[in-house]
Amino acid sequence: MSKRKSPQELGGYLKFKRWLAGDLDLLEDVTEDAVPAAAPESADRLPARDSALESRRRASEEVYGPEVWPQSHTPGYAQAWRDRVALQKGAGDAQAVLQAQEKSLQFFRAVYKIMAVLLCGAIILVFLWTTVHLPPFGSPDNPANNEVPARYIRHGVEETGATNFVTGMILDYRAFDTFGESCVLFIASCCVQVLLRVDACDGKSAARTRVQQENDRLFEPKNDGILQQTARLLVPLIMIFGVYIILNGHLSPGGGFSGGAVLGSGLILYLNTFGFAKTERFFNERVYRRMTLCALTFYCLAKSYSFFTGANHLESGIPLGTPGAILSSGLILPLNICVGLVVMGTMYSFYTLFRKGGM
Amino acid sequence: MSFVQNFPFFSIILAMFSGIVSSVLKGKKARVLSVCAISVTIFMSAAVLAYCAATGESYVYWMGHFPAPWGNEIRAGVLEGLTALLFSAIMLLSVIGGVKYTQTDVEPSKQNLFYILIDLMLSSLLALVYTNDLFTAYVFVEINTIAGCGLIMITQTGRSLTAAIRYMVMSSLGSGLFLIGLSLLYDVTGQLLMSPAQEAVGKIVESGQYEIPLLVIVAVVSVGLAIKSGLFPFHYWIPDTYGYATPTASAILSSLVSKGYIFLLIKFYYRVLSPESVVRSHIGNVLFLFGVAGMMVGSLRAIMQTDTRKMIAYSSVAQIGYIYMGIGLGTPEGMIAAVFHIFSHGATKALLFLSARGLYRVSGDRTDFLALRGSGYRNRLAGVGFLVGSLSMVGFPMLSGFISKLLFATSAMASPGKTLTTLIALAVSTVLNAVYFLRLLTGLYRPARSGAYAAGAGPDGAAGEQINGLGFRMAVLCLIAFNLILGLFSQPIVRAITEGLAMFS
Repeated sequence: MSKRKSPQELGGYLKFKRWLAGDLDLLEDVTEDAVPAAAPESADRLPARDSALESRRRASEEVYGPEVWPQSHTPGYAQAWRDRVALQKGAGDAQAVLQAQEKSLQFFRAVYKIMAVLLCGAIILVFLWTTVHLPPFGSPDNPANNEVPARYIRHGVEETGATNFVTGMILDYRAFDTFGESCVLFIASCCVQVLLRVDACDGKSAARTRVQQENDRLFEPKNDGILQQTARLLVPLIMIFGVYIILNGHLSPGGGFSGGAVLGSGLILYLNTFGFAKTERFFNERVYRRMTLCALTFYCLAKSYSFFTGANHLESGIPLGTPGAILSSGLILPLNICVGLVVMGTMYSFYTLFRKGGM
Repeated sequence: MSFVQNFPFFSIILAMFSGIVSSVLKGKKARVLSVCAISVTIFMSAAVLAYCAATGESYVYWMGHFPAPWGNEIRAGVLEGLTALLFSAIMLLSVIGGVKYTQTDVEPSKQNLFYILIDLMLSSLLALVYTNDLFTAYVFVEINTIAGCGLIMITQTGRSLTAAIRYMVMSSLGSGLFLIGLSLLYDVTGQLLMSPAQEAVGKIVESGQYEIPLLVIVAVVSVGLAIKSGLFPFHYWIPDTYGYATPTASAILSSLVSKGYIFLLIKFYYRVLSPESVVRSHIGNVLFLFGVAGMMVGSLRAIMQTDTRKMIAYSSVAQIGYIYMGIGLGTPEGMIAAVFHIFSHGATKALLFLSARGLYRVSGDRTDFLALRGSGYRNRLAGVGFLVGSLSMVGFPMLSGFISKLLFATSAMASPGKTLTTLIALAVSTVLNAVYFLRLLTGLYRPARSGAYAAGAGPDGAAGEQINGLGFRMAVLCLIAFNLILGLFSQPIVRAITEGLAMFS
């Protein structure tokens, strides 16, 4: 213990003065001098088993670095705390205080579980109760069956040129939302890159070793005959099917989102079978970036033109073509291709980023 | 149609486009592009504000060739223009003020990703401000959430990762509730755009049908957006999130992101439901109660902190409580006070987070009270910035916080039944604010205990002006000026808010 008086012995004014100076933490009943870095206000301030904590600490250090593990969780801290309690209250009481703390913690956890279950039950009940009062499912008189879907169905083909109403709706009537959705995919892949991409370009040796460690190319199956034969058969079919879904998005069920997902899974299968070396010959990070850039730029410019002309009541001058033909429905076909490319790239980049931290 | 009317659409698309292009740029170019895009946005928002103020009415803008119930729409009025202007101005100052720290906190190869996140964050905020379509709002809420997570975790220390996970979980819960609310609303009205939905809701209220679903919709949307903006019982993600991010990210998250959701909530109340039906549903009383509780709990927790970053973050909890208290008063005056506090807190919190980081820099990057002692002398500009920010939070006259408190107090007079509670809450919370901010301020201007730091010298031996980069100096000075303007010339802004809210309904 330090030479300073403990807070219990200080008068009110002195205590305030110390707190004002930043020495004293109101939550702790110790001064900062006694325990260097003050512990955050965690409920389990008093660790029960030091050895288990020690292993958790090591795990935390591996993941987060040494600074994160709170001081209060280290065995030494627990011992210091026990000593202090013993000093203040006598050795016999110390054990009792510890047990009381342990008990209150267990009590808290039990109450927490019960409350969580009760809360979830209450929310479920409220929603079930609401559902009873909603319009009956599938009834023709529902409020949702108003003039909005009526126009989509009756005039959708002549106004958008797409025989698939859903595509006409998401890529023409409500194209701004869909542009937002493509940006959601784009920003999601950016965030995964923030989190997982391992960059060696700054020349730090630490980064290079990280790349080495996280690169599992060495463990790839090189000559898995069954997989390769199956993939030779399946991958072209999957890719053609994906392209078909995208190109026919305005004619039949499908479109950029679903077709892009099929294309992405085909690429992932190819990668798993033949390895990174072969895939990177035609699809690496540079290709991915340029593809996403081109697709989103085209989407952005084309739709900006369409929004601008629409809002200013100008003719857009884009021919809608014959409904049902493959080259029809104005901008919808190129937009579907853009969305498909973005979805494919996002799926593939997620996979490679999780696999080895880069493309 | 006047050309100026295109500007809301241009500013949203410009921000998105610069984000997309930044994906192939290097960090520095991405930063320049981002700063340019935000500056252009400021200019365009100012033009929209001037246009709407001159014509005295709002207008809707078709996003495509189809009118209201079928196509997407955005809408601009005085309040939208003002909010977009102030949001983008605060964003610009946060970005240029934190440039130096962004360079050190973020890996060099990921700098451009940081600015992509900033650009898309800006576009989503603008879209939330301008939207006239509930589903568009939801899509941009998603972008906002993901960009927020990215901004938190881009520093890539352990704490920021756990903070990002916490933020993700709470935010997804909020988005989920908001989406459930929208689905229920679509089920009973069949509309997603705000103006037709309002008509349909009016008919439902008249006929007395679907009373219970409507109540649940109000509750679910309010709770969802309250979780996302960090109202009191849902505030546990705030301290870590704001505390461990890089200063630009902290400033943007605390001054803009949570406010964007509150603005959306206000828009939902005015443009989809009507203020009367909100008052009838008593959701205002609930928000009022939790707002007041948040003011108390946030301030008390802030007093208990030893880490000053967490102290500032807990102070945000209290300030969000103020805003919800204003909304909960259920009167137009209360709403005006709440909107003014959105701006005032935005300007002040950005200033506090930036200048606090300037102070940590001259204190060996430590953040506790002891280490910060005397740092007001070591980094004078950051010290002055922090002083102005704290005094504004406490409610010192001539600064923006004073005007918010004045507006809250006067609006409390007009709301029977809540007058006394509001006034007492304001008084107690002001005293508590003063307790923790003045504690830190007195520390900043006391001589350091050990002679570890020479006066006026940074850790790397840089002296005087060199501690802070040019961007930091500009940003802090502009934010101080901003605070003074909001405090000294508040009347035109209050008038614009009143006019804008009148245009909402």
